[in-house]
Parts: sequence; structure tokens; C-alpha cells
Amino acid sequence: MAEKVLKKPRSFYDIYERNPSADKKMPHYCPGCGHGNVHKFIAEALDDFDVADRTIFISPVGCSVFAYYYFDTGNIQAAHGRAPAVATGIKRAHPHSIVISYQGDGDLAAIGTAEILHAANRGENITVFFINNAIYGMTGGQMAPTTIVGQKTTTTPYGRRPQNEGYPVKIAELISQLEAPVYVERVALFDNKHRAKARMAVRKAIKNQVDNLGFSLVEVLSPCPSGWKMDPVDAMHWIEEEMVKVFPLGVYKDITKEVEPYHIEEFKPEAEEIKELLDLKTESKSFARSTVPEKYKNPEIKIAGFGGQGVLLLGAALAQAGMLQDYHVSWLPSYGPEMRGGTANCHVNIREIEIGSPVVANPSILIALNRPSLEKFEPDVQSGGLIIYDSSLIDIEPSRKDVEILAIPSTKMADELGNTRIANMVVLGAIAGYTNFFDLKTLFETLNTAIKRKNLIEINRKAVETGYQFGKEHRVK
Amino acid sequence: MEKHVLDKPFVKVEPELCKGCGLCIEACPPHVLEFHSSFNTKGYHYAYYVGDGCTGCGVCFYACPEPEAITVYKKGYEYVGEEVA
Repeated sequence: MAEKVLKKPRSFYDIYERNPSADKKMPHYCPGCGHGNVHKFIAEALDDFDVADRTIFISPVGCSVFAYYYFDTGNIQAAHGRAPAVATGIKRAHPHSIVISYQGDGDLAAIGTAEILHAANRGENITVFFINNAIYGMTGGQMAPTTIVGQKTTTTPYGRRPQNEGYPVKIAELISQLEAPVYVERVALFDNKHRAKARMAVRKAIKNQVDNLGFSLVEVLSPCPSGWKMDPVDAMHWIEEEMVKVFPLGVYKDITKEVEPYHIEEFKPEAEEIKELLDLKTESKSFARSTVPEKYKNPEIKIAGFGGQGVLLLGAALAQAGMLQDYHVSWLPSYGPEMRGGTANCHVNIREIEIGSPVVANPSILIALNRPSLEKFEPDVQSGGLIIYDSSLIDIEPSRKDVEILAIPSTKMADELGNTRIANMVVLGAIAGYTNFFDLKTLFETLNTAIKRKNLIEINRKAVETGYQFGKEHRVK
Repeated sequence: MEKHVLDKPFVKVEPELCKGCGLCIEACPPHVLEFHSSFNTKGYHYAYYVGDGCTGCGVCFYACPEPEAITVYKKGYEYVGEEVA
């Protein structure tokens, strides 16, 4: 080794400012905890490859949840088990970064099993460190998926029994069965020789990513003296004598010599290309804006009703029409899991200026298509706003006196036109007619893109036209 | 500032950053690390170097889970300022 001194790696912070405890120099881990060793190996490797500045370290949930106190890298703390999913997103958004997903056994092998399997199976170009200490350390020593048969924990006081709790999950074996991972090794921390091996494995796993080779996973058999209720030195002996029997050490997969390095291609298609790809190429048209009375300008619209009434489509059509007139628009749907029935509502903004938030808490225009929606949202309407409701379905009247009210029997009108389901388009026409926000030409153009089945366009046009006339006739003088 | 070159290896244990787990003591090949009889402010019997016999192998550095508790200076280490050994 060229260096004449072995000291704290530079990839650790000098002072752990993020640690709220008074002591900013000492990590929070228990005496003899294996996390410290692995942290040190990682930090040293980041130093040696000079990549700390482009490294993003994903902390898991578990004792190492606070790893971001210590690593002077980019840091993100992921939800329980989701570190490989977060790592995937980050790596794809920043292909030149070095993304390290660091997880314990409860995180990776229990709640996060799906994430790790699929990240590995996709061969994400990330490095995963899996700290296996056969127990849930942070929460007080409960049985983990990797707890070995016979091991006593707070939730297996008589020892883990396969009949009741199953067998320990062997992650290195599992991951090495997949085709995509390039490097999978299991190491342990119990003596000098094995710590040296573990250190080399950590380095290799990071180097693989630096060289863009693909997915690497290192499983580390690591002591949890507190959880195991052992002295740190005895804990090391327990790994050697008990854990290694269940989790054999060694390289499970290494195809790093055979694989071609990834070629990172920047893929930034132009908006036009995407449109073409998705077959969305339409002639770009825009229509002159109509003269809108001041009080109806920049509407914040909430549309609510039953699922199946076309609530979301009505909102989307309004936003679409706004787009055709070069307004800034937003459309935010909110609905239950049901396709029909249940409640649905959506928030629509049509603005002269950019929209800050798509959420409409206090609408200036409320469109209520059923009674519960009217009752629920009526109190939220801005004073001086407008409530439009389907008077053929709603048997009460709004009680507010400080708002304009337009009662439209839209379902009945749709029925008379021959199709109950076009009631939403009657309302679309009515809003436009009443507020003069859009002219009929704009609305018809909107239908061409909003209505997928072309044979239905004609009847929808009729609905819009009928609604428009109704709205126009009922304008406040 | 005076320039120094270490003529023999040396290991330094920071008493206040040691948690007294004893892994370095177990790991040290020439057995030159021991528990100190006194406590640090955290209440741990910290490890210390007996003063002679360090080979600079670095094994204790990698055995120690703490980032900063142990520093190993090898023979020929050059530095200026206060003496480390």
C-alpha cells in the first residue's frame, strides 16, 4: 500500500452535522456493529476511485437509516425496502452517477424482496450492499427472514422452527440465479482474513459500476452484538461457527470479465418525435379567445359526480379547449378504484399565467353532477363563484346566496337527444355558453381529440350545441 | 515547523471515539492493543496502544467499526508539526 497512513476516509464527513445528538464525531451504531466496518470499506473505495462527488448513497430503513449522517456523497433515504427502486430511478436519471443501495436483511429480504429481485433482474447498473445480521436489529431483535434455524429472537423465543417460521432466505444464492447480475458474492466480517475479503468485494462491486458493467450485490454476514445479546468478540465467533454454515461464503456469480460495458446513451427525444411515436400528431390549431367577462376569468374548476358520468372526460375536455386557446391548463383527476360507481372528481385550472398548483381546494366554478357532490363541495365555492348542477338528478337546491347558480337538467336533455351518457357534454356546452369562455368552434375541435370513437362525435356535437344554447339563454343579464 | 519521518510504525487510538468493543484487541496480530483500565466520557474502557511492537499492518484499522477511532501510521510516514509518536 502506497499510503503511509490508514485514517478516516475522506468520503466520510469530518463532523456529522446532521446527527442531532450532541456528539458529532461518533456514529450512532452500537459497539462492534458491522455497519461501521462496511461503511469504512465503502468510504475507502469511494476515495480510491475518486467518485465520492458523483456518488449517490441510498440509505434504507433499519439501523443504517442514518447513513446520510456520515457519507459525504449525495444522499437519499428510501422508504422501507424500496432502496433498489429509488436507486433505479436515480441511476436512470443520472446515468453517470455511482448509485449505492445499502440495505439490511429486514429491509432487503422481507419488505423489499420484490424491489431487489426486479432491480437485479433488470440488471440495473447499481451496487447493492446487503448487510445480513440474521435479525431485526433496530426494532429490538425480532426474527428476520435470514434468522437461522434454532436462533432465539424476541419473536422466536424457543428458536426459529422451520415448521412454523420457514427457512432462512438465502439472498446471494437467489440473486445469482438471475441472468442479469454480473457479480454476486457473500462475505463475512468475523476475522482479519475475511474482513480483507469483504473489503475487496466492496471495492469490486463499486468498481463494476464505475466501469458500467451492471448489477453487483455483496451480501455481508455482519454482527449485531446488541440484537444477539453477545459481546462483540463473541458475536464474531458466532458468525464463524453458526452463520457461515447456513450462509456459505464465496463468489456466487462473476461474469464481469465476459460482459460488455454499458454504453450510456443520452436519449432526449424532442416533443415532436414523441408525438409521432405515440401517433398523437394532430394539426396544430389555435383559436382566437372569446371575450370572457372579468368575473369568469382564470377559473378554478371542480367537477364532481359518480364514476361513469364522464366527470373526468368533462374536465379533460375543458382543459383541452383551454389549450386550443393557448391558455395554461391543468387537469387533476381523483377517483376510487372502481371503473363505474363510486365517486369521482377532477380539478381543472385554465389560466392566463402559469399554474402553481393543480389542486383546486376552493373552486370558482363547481360542477356537481350528483347530490352528494353538491352537498360536499358547495361550502367550498368561492364567494361570487358559480355552481352548475344537474337539476334532473339532484332534488335539492344549493343554499348559498353569494354565488351564481345554473341549474341544468343535463341528464334529461341528454336522454332526449338519445344517449344518457352525453350528459357531460351538455354540461360542457352549458359552461361555455354561460360564461362565454369558449365558442362552439373551439368545442367542436376539442371533441375531435377528446372523443376516441369517431362514430360518437356527431352525437356529442349535438350535445355540446344544445348545452351551449341552454347556457347562453340562461346568462345573467 | 519541524519535519518528522516515522522510524517505526505507530497506532493511535482516540480514547473519546472508541466504544470499547474490543475487536481491534482481538484482531491485533502482535497483541499490542489492550483495554485501558480507565473509562472515557462515554463510559467505555477504550483500547490503547501499549507503546511498542506495532508492525503497521493495519489489521486493527479494518477491524474497528468506528471511522475515526484508530489511525495507523506506517514506517516512513512523513509529517510536519507535532510529533505523533
